[in-house]
Amino acid sequence: MQNIKKTWIPYLLIAPSVIFLALLFLLPLIQTIWLAVSEGGAPSLANLRTMAGDLNFRLAIRNTFLLALAVVPVQIVIALAMGSMVAKVDGGRETILWVWTIPLGISDLAAGLLWLSILQNSGYLNSLLFSFGLIERQANWLSYQTPIALFFAIAVAEIWRGTAIVMVIIVAGLNQVPKEFREAAEVFGAGPWTRFFRITLPLIKPALQSALILRTVLAFEVFAVVYALGGTNMPVLVGEAYTWQNQNQNYGVAAAYAVLIMVISLAATLVYLKAVRVDPERLP
Amino acid sequence: MANIVIDKIKKTFGSFEALKEISLEVGDGEFVSLLGPSGCGKTTLLRIIAGLETETSGQILIGGTPVNGLAPKDRGLAMVFQNYAVFPHMTVFENVAFGLRMKKADQNRVKSQVDKAAALLHIEPYLDRYPNKLSGGQRQRVAVARALAVEPKVLLMDEPLSNLDALLRLEMRTELKAVLQASGTTTIYVTHDQTEAMGLSDRIAVMYDGRIEQIGAPVDIYSHPASRFVGGFMGSPPMNFIRLPVTNGTVKLGNMNHAVPASVEREIVLGLRGENVSLAPLAEGLRLDVRVAEPMGSHLLLTGTIANQPVRVILPPGESVKAGEAIGLKLAADRLTWLSPETGLALNHPSR
Ligand SMILES: Nc1ncnc2c1ncn2[C@@H]1O[C@H](COP(=O)(O)OP(=O)(O)OP(=O)(O)O)[C@@H](O)[C@H]1O
Ligand SMILES: [Mg+2]
Repeated sequence: MQNIKKTWIPYLLIAPSVIFLALLFLLPLIQTIWLAVSEGGAPSLANLRTMAGDLNFRLAIRNTFLLALAVVPVQIVIALAMGSMVAKVDGGRETILWVWTIPLGISDLAAGLLWLSILQNSGYLNSLLFSFGLIERQANWLSYQTPIALFFAIAVAEIWRGTAIVMVIIVAGLNQVPKEFREAAEVFGAGPWTRFFRITLPLIKPALQSALILRTVLAFEVFAVVYALGGTNMPVLVGEAYTWQNQNQNYGVAAAYAVLIMVISLAATLVYLKAVRVDPERLP
Repeated sequence: MANIVIDKIKKTFGSFEALKEISLEVGDGEFVSLLGPSGCGKTTLLRIIAGLETETSGQILIGGTPVNGLAPKDRGLAMVFQNYAVFPHMTVFENVAFGLRMKKADQNRVKSQVDKAAALLHIEPYLDRYPNKLSGGQRQRVAVARALAVEPKVLLMDEPLSNLDALLRLEMRTELKAVLQASGTTTIYVTHDQTEAMGLSDRIAVMYDGRIEQIGAPVDIYSHPASRFVGGFMGSPPMNFIRLPVTNGTVKLGNMNHAVPASVEREIVLGLRGENVSLAPLAEGLRLDVRVAEPMGSHLLLTGTIANQPVRVILPPGESVKAGEAIGLKLAADRLTWLSPETGLALNHPSR
């Protein structure tokens, strides 16, 4: 009696979360995949063909990849710099970290709107430039005629919004590295850069890997900030899925986009797992 | 020339005084041990010398140059860390080679230096392994090899052999001494182990509570402790302390009167090394009531009481003394330490 109880208890405790995940994640996932590769209840590649033949398709892929490529490395570098700097601070460390993580608490749409209020025609940036006499009249940063400025604005907003999470992961990683490793390197003649690249960076590889995977996956899902700042001026993958779902009411093509995003994210994750390989033998 | 002058170094952590005015001079090529109980500030002092910690006040000179504010790498020293700090992401070879790589030594020199250090510390079999699979003692030897490989002018070692088994420790100790003597490396060596300190050092600095209690040659410290703390800390069994009444400037040891330093009046503490006694007839000698007799092979260890105070003394292995017996002891008159009962400081110390 006792034993039977014991073996069942763990499953019983896990069950709610398993059922929850199955209902709200696995089921919709399977449905979405099926929706993407079927037509009228029969398997078909029609949705994928429609998606690939769409005018915005190549543009959306290009923009999404360019954004990820521009945003993720900058975020990693900034987060590493922030993490290393805060590690040197004794007093007020918690406060600094708290301030830095404020963007984490803001939803991405709110962040997009916040940057819109800065960058739109009557926004703070134009007022500031105008008051310094740097521009004659309100400049337009976010239109389809200024794709580079728009791309840049979106990248900056994304970096502002998403660096904190990378920093949190990296700070956690840095905290795991005992200071004696850096000190030993210092005693044996390593300068600050050598210490960083030859000691600190290899030792926070696991944290770096998690941060890269998380940030890249999120970068491929970029939408709200793009939508808030540029509307449909800069098509991205999730934006296209949204358009097909809500404006064109074509759930099949929307599903095809969703599946494509998932495949890209999974591929990126695999690439990172291989490229930033963490050898357990080389961990502390 | 790489002598070290430590001049009135103080270190406080918040309101806690970890070091209270430490002054110490280590000559070129000298081997000085810092010996003291846990938490007395040994690691802190070493870290200040290395430049990893900033002193609150005071000065340090290495080879005549003040090094205050100088980065650790510019002080020309190597260090063995108490917790090894062997880099987990590098092979043992790369760990040992690290200092040389930083100095941009050529490949041949790196190889020969690493091989030499590895041979000395018996870590050749692990050279291409990663440290995380090594035992504590093996890692510790990697840390020592890493420091020796750069052939530093000044070597700081924080309990470098603490994790080795007794046999290996004895062997490493001898080899370390030979190597450092041959290279003339100025060494500061932190240890808990007093036999290690006695065997290795030119001089020993006994630390207690952020202060250097006494510094001197091992034999001096052993036979002429400057305080009750040093006498009790050094030696196994530790020095015995026996309170004795003083009458007219003498104490009675058995049927003998022994003159004591004049400054005391009613009472004095006798510091007695267990081996500075010999058996005497009960009527003549100082009476010891034996509670336990332990034949140790090389000697006979007796635990008991003299004047109702606990003592441990050592007799030659051939003597036959039984538990419960009372025996007489003759003390080696010229090897006695007299201490003040109030301050615990030695009264007839040569340094005073
Ligand atoms: N960074 C620090 N902040 C606050 N107190 C410290 C710090 N480092 C050391 N101390 C304190 O200073 C005292 C001396 O420490 P230290 O590590 O030098 O002792 P130790 O003699 O090396 O001891 P052990 O033999 O156990 O290694 C201890 O009481 C310790 O708690
Ligand atoms: Mg210590």
